[in-house]
Amino acid sequence: MSEDARSYTNVKWRVYRRIRTDLIAKLGAVIVVFSIAMAAFSIVDDFLLSELVIETLLHDPYELNPNNRLAEPSLAHPFGTDEQGRDILARVIYGTRTSIIVGVGSVLFAAIIGVSLGIVTAYYGGLVDNVGMRAMDVLLAFPAILLAIALLASLGRGFTSIIIALGVAYVPSFARVTRSKALSVKSDEYVTAAEVMGYPTRDVLVDEILPNCFTPIIVQGTFTLAVAIIAEAGLSFLGLGVNPPTPTWGIMLSGAQQYITTAWWYSLFPGLAIMVTVLGFNLLGDSIRDALDPQSGGEERRL
Amino acid sequence: MSVLQIDDLHTYFDTESGTVRAVEGIDLTIEAGEIVGLVGESGSGKSVTASSIMDLVQHPGRIADGTVRYDGQDVLSLSEDELAELRGGEISMIFQDPMDAFNPTQTVGRQLHDVLRSHREGSVHPLVRALGLDHDADCKAAVVEMLDAVGIPNPEARYSDYPHEFSGGMIQRAMVGMALLCDPKLVLADEPTTGLDVSIERQILGLFKDLVEELDTAVLWITHDLSVVAKLCDRVVVMYAGKVMEVGSTEAVLSDPASPYTQALLDSIPRYDRPDEEMYVMEGDVPDPLNRPDGCRFADRCPEVHDRCHDHHPPRFDTGDREVACYLAEGDAE
Repeated sequence: MSEDARSYTNVKWRVYRRIRTDLIAKLGAVIVVFSIAMAAFSIVDDFLLSELVIETLLHDPYELNPNNRLAEPSLAHPFGTDEQGRDILARVIYGTRTSIIVGVGSVLFAAIIGVSLGIVTAYYGGLVDNVGMRAMDVLLAFPAILLAIALLASLGRGFTSIIIALGVAYVPSFARVTRSKALSVKSDEYVTAAEVMGYPTRDVLVDEILPNCFTPIIVQGTFTLAVAIIAEAGLSFLGLGVNPPTPTWGIMLSGAQQYITTAWWYSLFPGLAIMVTVLGFNLLGDSIRDALDPQSGGEERRL
Repeated sequence: MSVLQIDDLHTYFDTESGTVRAVEGIDLTIEAGEIVGLVGESGSGKSVTASSIMDLVQHPGRIADGTVRYDGQDVLSLSEDELAELRGGEISMIFQDPMDAFNPTQTVGRQLHDVLRSHREGSVHPLVRALGLDHDADCKAAVVEMLDAVGIPNPEARYSDYPHEFSGGMIQRAMVGMALLCDPKLVLADEPTTGLDVSIERQILGLFKDLVEELDTAVLWITHDLSVVAKLCDRVVVMYAGKVMEVGSTEAVLSDPASPYTQALLDSIPRYDRPDEEMYVMEGDVPDPLNRPDGCRFADRCPEVHDRCHDHHPPRFDTGDREVACYLAEGDAE
């Protein structure tokens, strides 16, 4: 099969080709891969090697050094130190872990519940659809971040709570996206064909409808990841996130507030980290959407 | 015993502007191994009849009256589980657009494999299927054999191709293969060759006819193309506006139509051998299904209409070689 024909029909191939040829898509992909690599590194280093690697290369992100408080960026501390003398670069790297775990975790949580709900409501319609979607409307009536704060207040702090809180807040967006796609897939002839073949409903839902709804779900997932990373930083900033001294960008920003005029590096670098990561996920999401939707007219961009 | 016996079937759709009487009192019998053609214009209720046979009429449609007997058992009173048993195994279906009838995310071979496997051994958990743990070498061999039988070259390799990698004719062959895979007793074919060009259509018709004769499968072939009926079918049922107008052996009905509607359908076929002849155009449209005439459904368009046609829809007169719903045949009735 020729490359042109493949590029038109094969979803994976279209995304891959986009990333290879489109500079913006490439930039997004590089940032995303880099953040995930940083997160993976900090998880392994912190939990398995007890900060061995980062200590050798830089500094222990947890080590307090009262003699070196708020030191300017230098060769020893490229991003400077915070008010307790901890190395900011090491903490920014470790902070990636929190952002990615919470981001991926809450998106997975929201996707599993939201997608199942979207497919079931679209397929059965009627009362099931009404009850399911009105429940989503209730959730949507609260701003996501407010809903997450309320849930966190009752669940307490920690990784699991924040993943559940954000996950619940993002369920409606997945449910809606999936439902609208599933409604059109449901009337496709292969779904009727499967019913005519006597397939049980479970198989019709999982084998026929679900795989044909993946495209908008993947796009939604990438965008929601970016939003979840910002939300996690926001919640940590408000003191509702994971427990200190776990390094997170939100907690660092919160600590940097009062030194913003005296120690610019303390707020700049965690802020940059959030911006770049979120930008990366948004660019990748944009590119995937353009690659998968011929109508969005996504011309390939070159910088 | 007949494979399929439909008596006085009424299928209605309740819409906001009123009840659409898509099918109004169809009687139809199909014997084992027989190929029956169901012809009529768009909107005459052909496809609704087919979905009624499978009890697949979707909301807001409902089967208002009548019985559908498959092999003596009343299909309309079966539970969902019993229906699932029937569908795909005993009765299967061929769709108009096979490219749409295959799931685009799975290979064609895989889809045929799953149909056969679930028919033989029941369904498996989706997770097992997703991991490919349900793969069955016997089923695969049977599928490859079937792909070969429907004339797909190099079936072993095509097994792992996706639907979009097939051409229109090849995917329709695969669809025919899927319909015959579980050795059904009855196949419902809803205009399956309409989208194909004539030479491919003829190939598939010939192949299909050979296969169903070999397997002794009964077929209900829905079409608006009388030339397909002439080539394929033993008997033909002519439908118009939800009613049966004429039923009889293909030869009798097509060579000497008794109903003016059948005659009009035949006259509407353009003749390439008589290019100078003015083309016959049937005046008017199929009557509005919300507001059908009380008399003969065809009365408003019929060239041989007389007064009493407007009073009652004619009963069916048995004239020996066929049944005709037309007062013109009254004199010939036995």
